[in-house]
Amino acid sequence: MSIDILIISLAGVLTAAAPVLFAVIGETFSERAGVINLSMNGTILLTAMGGFAIALATDNIVLGFLAGMLIGALVAALVAFASITLKQSQVAVGFILALLCRDLSYFLGNPIMGESGPRLSTASIPFLSEVPVLGPLFFKQDVMTYLSFILIAGAWIFIFRTRPGLMLQGIGERPAAAFVRGANVNRMRYFYTILGGALIGLAGPIYSLSVKAGWKGTISGLDGIGWIALSITIFGGWNPVRAAFGAYLFALLQWLGLVLQPMLPGVPAQVLQVAPFPLMILTLLFVNIGNAEWVERTLAGLPEPARRAIAKILRALRATPPAALGVPFETE
Amino acid sequence: MHSSRWFNLLVQAGAIVLALLFTTLVLLASNAPPLEAFWNILTGSVGSWGKFSDVLISWVPLLLVTAGLLVTFTTGLWNIGIEGQITLGAIFTTWMLRTLQDSGWNPALVISLSILAGMAGGALWAALAGALKTFGGVNEIFGGLGLNFVATALNLWLIFGPWKRPGVASMSGTVPFDESLALPALSGSRLSLYAVAMAVVAILIVYFLLKGTYFGLRLKAVGRNAKAAYLLGVPTWQYMMMSFVICGLFAGMAGAVQVSSVYHRLIPSISSGYGFLGLLVAMLINYQPVWAAPVALFFAALNIGSIQLPVVLKLDSTLAGVLQGTLVLFVLLAGGARQKFMRKPDTSTSSVHHPDSSPSAARGPKRETGEKP
Repeated sequence: MSIDILIISLAGVLTAAAPVLFAVIGETFSERAGVINLSMNGTILLTAMGGFAIALATDNIVLGFLAGMLIGALVAALVAFASITLKQSQVAVGFILALLCRDLSYFLGNPIMGESGPRLSTASIPFLSEVPVLGPLFFKQDVMTYLSFILIAGAWIFIFRTRPGLMLQGIGERPAAAFVRGANVNRMRYFYTILGGALIGLAGPIYSLSVKAGWKGTISGLDGIGWIALSITIFGGWNPVRAAFGAYLFALLQWLGLVLQPMLPGVPAQVLQVAPFPLMILTLLFVNIGNAEWVERTLAGLPEPARRAIAKILRALRATPPAALGVPFETE
Repeated sequence: MHSSRWFNLLVQAGAIVLALLFTTLVLLASNAPPLEAFWNILTGSVGSWGKFSDVLISWVPLLLVTAGLLVTFTTGLWNIGIEGQITLGAIFTTWMLRTLQDSGWNPALVISLSILAGMAGGALWAALAGALKTFGGVNEIFGGLGLNFVATALNLWLIFGPWKRPGVASMSGTVPFDESLALPALSGSRLSLYAVAMAVVAILIVYFLLKGTYFGLRLKAVGRNAKAAYLLGVPTWQYMMMSFVICGLFAGMAGAVQVSSVYHRLIPSISSGYGFLGLLVAMLINYQPVWAAPVALFFAALNIGSIQLPVVLKLDSTLAGVLQGTLVLFVLLAGGARQKFMRKPDTSTSSVHHPDSSPSAARGPKRETGEKP
């Protein structure tokens, strides 16, 4: 009995991680190409509201998701235009859009607040969903969760096993070299930023049409998810599989927070809900500390076996950003 | 020279008009009468002395954080952790007030000590973000964001846990402090001239620090080109840490004012988004301290003016945020467009005269708009 409940809960964790996955992998594409899309927190809110509004007005869930992708792509296009064409700071324009889109979603979403609208239904996969344990865990989900599984594998294969993927790595790592080999660096950056934005734009509707159905304004509990997704992108070292691990870890920790609540009566619910965040910082610290100069210096002074062991651990954890992340590319 | 300055102003005015147009479109899209909405914001902010004193009350923390952020921006740092620094300032102030409230000490001393404690709290949280960056290699944006969440969690835990109201804990915050422990306010208002004075002094300090001191010059050198500054003998990471700490002091002071002058207690959303708003103000004024006070006042007026929108026009009060955001966005875009499309011949001639191989060219004041790494 309790095993069943556990399996259902873990299946819920997979569902809850789906929007984060779309956002994180979208951001991974964008950052792989060299553009930080810092607007993510606002984009998720605006697409959640916009996707829900469209689905509500047309009574069509697919249009809701498409609207989300369109809004996400438009916001990303603005980031790309300001940073690539106008050579303004990516962080500045992204941050402004993060706040602007958040406020826009609250303002424009005011009339539809609290309305009940269409909701994505579960689509069990025949035969596979009958398999014990794995069936209810993986194959009694909704379409977007299945797509999130496919996205992890697809993004990984694309980035690391295909020619265009290799080029994508190139324009983020050594744009000049990629340019010499015939890549139109800025056009590709536009393309991947907008593609990433469209993926991020799916995260919002997945929340408002499935995971946390409806639009409830400031109490939707979505404000902050985008900032987390940014941290998970770094934690994931710009690798879709590692990023997926981070997204699942985050969803699991949030679920654990809810489960542990009754056992820790002294700790208020609001605190447990934010429990994953401090852990995120710690992981960021571990992921990044290998890049710090003083660590290398300290390590050099250690006896050889210890030095080798620690260096190995740090290297396994370490994530190095694309070399040209945030740097405009100019052909002169 | 003069004509380009006028042209610059014209571009900025154009950006402001575009921002107003965009906001008007947003209003029309939600079936709201735009003129009436703008009129309500105007009367809601400067329509009466009571409303204007509310504007001044919200001007104080906004100006304090903007002053601090100008320092971190000068050093090329994106102190997104400012929200958490305000919160920690408020927590430390509350902690000191709780400790001393029954001591029978002179209230003026208690208030001063608790404001100092708040400043220390903000500085501590900023130093943490700085340490994560300089020793841990964690980018200040991500470290700061994480620390914001930790600060929020800590705040909620205190309000619902150790510092909860006798009986039942609630979102309305801790037990209010005695009136005598509040910053003295004008009669019939929460506006404290002491708080206003603190904000004015803060921005003046930052103005002179950045414009007229050797220290400010070195901060600038680190911000423009950290490597070059290091090679010229500026201790780079120490200066970054100092810039974080200075910003934290001002942010902590903003939190202290929120507790000791505005709310008289600790509440869950004590930072009220002033930190992020301060980042917008700093960007809009192109990191120039001279404009900080008037622009912060304008932003505070928008915030206060939109409070009555839900009641009068059934609109959400986030309209203020929409207007502020589009304003900063369009000014940034206009600045970029001006550089890209209008100044091409200018830059090409200058590069003929000053080949960029000379080291002085790399460190020169080449950046005119708010380009930050």
